[in-house]
Amino acid sequence: MDLSLIIALDVVNGAASLFLLCLGLAIIFGMMKIINLAHGEFVMLGAYATVISANAGLNIWIAMLVVAPLFVGVVGLVIERCLIRFLYGRLVDSMLATWGLSLCLIGLVTTIFGNTINGVPTPLGGFQVGAYRSSWYTIFLLAMAVLMMALVYGVLRFTRFGLVARAVMLNPGMAATLGVNPAKIYMATFGIGAAITGLAGGLLAPVSGITPVMGTAFVAKCFITVVGGGAAIISGTLSAAGLFGFVNQLGAFFTTPVYGEVILFLSAILLIRLLPQGISGRFFKGTL
Amino acid sequence: MSALLDVENLRASYGRVPILMGVDFALAPGEYLGILGHNGMGKTTLMRTLMGHLPATAGTVRFAGTDVTRLPIHQRARLGMGLVPQGREIFATLSVRENLRMGLASAPKEDPRIIDDVLADFPRLVRLLDRRGGALSGGEQQLLALARCLCTRPKLVLLDEPTEGIQPSIIEEIIETLLALKKRWDLSMIIVEQNLDFITSLSDRVLGIQKGRITGEVSREDLLAGRFGMAAA
Repeated sequence: MDLSLIIALDVVNGAASLFLLCLGLAIIFGMMKIINLAHGEFVMLGAYATVISANAGLNIWIAMLVVAPLFVGVVGLVIERCLIRFLYGRLVDSMLATWGLSLCLIGLVTTIFGNTINGVPTPLGGFQVGAYRSSWYTIFLLAMAVLMMALVYGVLRFTRFGLVARAVMLNPGMAATLGVNPAKIYMATFGIGAAITGLAGGLLAPVSGITPVMGTAFVAKCFITVVGGGAAIISGTLSAAGLFGFVNQLGAFFTTPVYGEVILFLSAILLIRLLPQGISGRFFKGTL
Repeated sequence: MSALLDVENLRASYGRVPILMGVDFALAPGEYLGILGHNGMGKTTLMRTLMGHLPATAGTVRFAGTDVTRLPIHQRARLGMGLVPQGREIFATLSVRENLRMGLASAPKEDPRIIDDVLADFPRLVRLLDRRGGALSGGEQQLLALARCLCTRPKLVLLDEPTEGIQPSIIEEIIETLLALKKRWDLSMIIVEQNLDFITSLSDRVLGIQKGRITGEVSREDLLAGRFGMAAA
């Protein structure tokens, strides 16, 4: 009983972390069809922003909930203006350019902070379930995932900006005909996507080893989740993160974490083979 | 009075294929101008170039005294140009109301009274407001596209083949709506069409277009007799 509770918690936590990691990427990919291969480095920058400001004496909560998203959001805006805006509608070029950007960011951070593992202590402590222990931080991550989902859904569904963003996503030419400047919406969306990714980096900083190359571990997983989810930003990412997070954690529990990842990738290949348009291309058509 | 829209020697091409070979015409404020031509003569290209979807390779477009030839699409829209494109381009997964709200997207503040005001002329849309745009029939979508364009409060509406694939009863309704709008709103319109009846009942003046050039005015007698364009070339 206790064991199954702990496993369930692990599985849900895996899905929640994956959802947080993927949400920013899903927004950028879903809205602009830009493949951002520097996504993992946005996570890394968020984590570094958190660790450095926390180690400099800033409150850890402010460091990860405010500093990380703000910093990465600003970085995202600069990158959009200097690089991404020339690449809209050029899928392959965008992959190449953002891959270069990824290498560049890794190199930059290595040069400044060195190739060492950094970290911050996990706040909140733990609790006991029978013979097992889990941490409150796991519950907090889950709550943040739910909160972020509600927030993004609310903005897209109920605000004027969300309406315009959805319309631009559907048909940028028609939106422009109605007086909307799509370039401005793209810029804002890229900034928001980057900020959310930075937040994910900040949130995961206390539970991961922070190195300049940590992003490379995330980027593949995030991509298959976003592609597996399909076009719908929230329902797609949620269903794919849920499915892959579940498969990964359960596989890791019954075998080893390495095989867990292998099982995740195999199931992703199978999913894309069966549903080439992703989960939301088949089951949640037209949802957000 | 000076022209609302003044087009001089306008040229445009798709890749290396020239489509518009030097279009000249002017539109007076409050005028409904019909442009008649067969498929492939450059009607849609003309509309897309006027709105900025396609760059002009030569010539000028002046709108209300401003040279808009090099302006991006959204700035032309904000100056008061509106396009109801061929194929209507309704946002399919947005509701009818959200499609209309998109017409207010460039206004500093969203004023729902404008939508109510526009809906007064489109009673058929009122009971469809919560439906998805993509679930509407072709005719209903055409009405929605027109209503959405009017929500931007345009001075000039470019109407591209509004009767294409639409049942005759709604064509009648569109004609009546457009005539009613002309009386009450300070609206000018360019209507590009192949449907003779439609263009004859709406336009103050009809120009023929052939091989990317305006071939001159088509007289009312020719229109009623079904002769147009070909002889003038």
